[in-house]
Amino acid sequence: MSVELTTTNEVKTEKKERDVLISIKNLHVWFELRRWGFGHAGYVRAVDNVTFDVNRGEAIAVVGESGCGKSSLMKTILALHRPTKGEIVFEGKDVSKLTGADLRWYRTQVGYVQQDPYGALPPFMTVGRILEEPLIVGGVKDKAEREARIFKVMEEVKMSPVSDFLQKFPHMLSGGQQQRVVIARAMIMEPKFLVADEPVSMLDASVRVEILKLMRGLQERHNLSVIYITHDLSTVSYFSERIFVMYAGKLVEKSGVQDILRNASHPYTHALLAGTSDPDANNALTFKEVPPGEPPSLVKPPPGCRFHPRCTRIIQGLCDVEEPPEYEIEPRHQVSCWLYK
Amino acid sequence: MADKMLLRVENLLLHFRAGAGVVQAVDGVNFDLNYNRAVVVLGESGCGKTSLAKAILRMLPRNVAAYSGKVFIEGKDTMALDDEEFRQNVRWVAMSLVPQAAMNSLNPVLKVGDQVAEPAMIHLGVSKAEALEMARKMFQHVGVAVDFLDRYPFELSGGMRQRVAIAMSLITSPNLVVLDEPTSALDVLTQANIFNVLKRIKKDLGVSFILITHDIATSSELADDVAVMYAGQIVETGDAMRFFTEPLHPYSQKLMASVPRLRQTTELEFITGQPPSLINPPTGCRFAARCTKRFEKCSEEPPVFEKEGRTVKCWLHEK
Repeated sequence: MSVELTTTNEVKTEKKERDVLISIKNLHVWFELRRWGFGHAGYVRAVDNVTFDVNRGEAIAVVGESGCGKSSLMKTILALHRPTKGEIVFEGKDVSKLTGADLRWYRTQVGYVQQDPYGALPPFMTVGRILEEPLIVGGVKDKAEREARIFKVMEEVKMSPVSDFLQKFPHMLSGGQQQRVVIARAMIMEPKFLVADEPVSMLDASVRVEILKLMRGLQERHNLSVIYITHDLSTVSYFSERIFVMYAGKLVEKSGVQDILRNASHPYTHALLAGTSDPDANNALTFKEVPPGEPPSLVKPPPGCRFHPRCTRIIQGLCDVEEPPEYEIEPRHQVSCWLYK
Repeated sequence: MADKMLLRVENLLLHFRAGAGVVQAVDGVNFDLNYNRAVVVLGESGCGKTSLAKAILRMLPRNVAAYSGKVFIEGKDTMALDDEEFRQNVRWVAMSLVPQAAMNSLNPVLKVGDQVAEPAMIHLGVSKAEALEMARKMFQHVGVAVDFLDRYPFELSGGMRQRVAIAMSLITSPNLVVLDEPTSALDVLTQANIFNVLKRIKKDLGVSFILITHDIATSSELADDVAVMYAGQIVETGDAMRFFTEPLHPYSQKLMASVPRLRQTTELEFITGQPPSLINPPTGCRFAARCTKRFEKCSEEPPVFEKEGRTVKCWLHEK
């Protein structure tokens, strides 16, 4: 009996591991800097050798500070930037090589939830028109079908009664409602994959939870894969299963959410966790430990580990010379740090 | 008791004229603040917390419909002063402001050192050399290297610009600094850094703070006292220790239950519905329509009840 159970479990995990929806391999996104408009002046290495897979129906979080390259990573996944090196494979196709009809098909397969809902919605279009646009572009010719799909998606994001909202302009909606419209627009082509760029950072605390729960519900109902990009570690455990910590263009730690809270391994992850506050009046009595300095320039990143100038546990002669490889410290938990050699 | 009191706000009222009617942004606000304490004004966007800061500092826009009440600072009634007296004796001298998005409020074509020194020259009447020397000292207090005095704002990171704005608010050594959302646009580590700076300033210089924010988790980094604002009114005040463990008002309780925590998997809650319009706020308790504990009495406006040194504007706490 027990033997049987383990085998089914193994089969299950194996099957899950093989069911990769999107696979990012050695991705580099470099932006060229030019002097006087034409002379080459180096590269901004926004994303530097990033590799990970996202399974079908899995929510992952990419956590990092502004300027660490997480938006460049996201835009490259959305096929808005071209990778300098490496590839993004979606259902067996290399995304950066798609053109024409294939690229339009890919755009129906990925949804994008922007950070600032007001900035993301055209102010001169009604909600109904905003949601109809992707359907027209996506080639849904029948008007009745378009209307039916708009109704369905509006009900899914809990904007009811639907007919009240369709004629409204974005400025007539509250921040939470605007974000729902953004989510509805991302969902209207029934994508398999959602990229959410800080979807709740502009919202009030009480609305934030509502939107996170809504997205979690959509993800489970439609078996969506989600990349959730954020700098706020405290919301991560409510939303995703795996977490990737990004620093200066590189993923420094990859792990399950519970593993990272229990056993954070990279000194930078430690710093992020220590810097995140829980509401507790005792916080006012102590000072927080913050690594000195600021994230490095991505034009001339420091040699060796990119975190070494700020790291308190630096190994002189190693961390500042050679780049750390990725070590697997427990199953499905990798960290790029020489401490785990 | 009275000699410890730095600021007392009594029945402060600030209404604006708008196209659709009168917006009751600040509607009868009372609170006290002692020397060397920090009070956090918590509330969602649109609840009138920035208007409260403007009303205290008398930085009023043109469309004011009503502005009344009393603001005492260091025992002086500022409402009795005319605008020019207020500018000379209160603003910057007794209290100063770090505005929302302060890091983007620096003048891009002036060196940051000159900008930090300017209030000292205007309000304290010192020479430029003396003012720059004061700016140098302030930079050390907020943890910005002194050679940045000669830099321009674009050469500084967001966190550094925020610290420069804090240095500017402190240069005239006021006893009270109002911080309007000082860290809301910053990263986690930069936020932690700014709060370290504020804590150190509070300890070293004995300054009091009014911290206006919607971020409950980070506000606990500085809070001695908490005031919760909802729809233009303060619904709860009290010390932070007891507030963060046991909030009294149903709104505060819901708000606390909506805060994600790192190592806790309790179900998060959210508040259904939306805050009422401030143009025609409902009669009775303004939170009643969204409150799960409402009963008949809530259709009357609740008075402020005292409970062990805390105050709460809710009928549930009637004795």
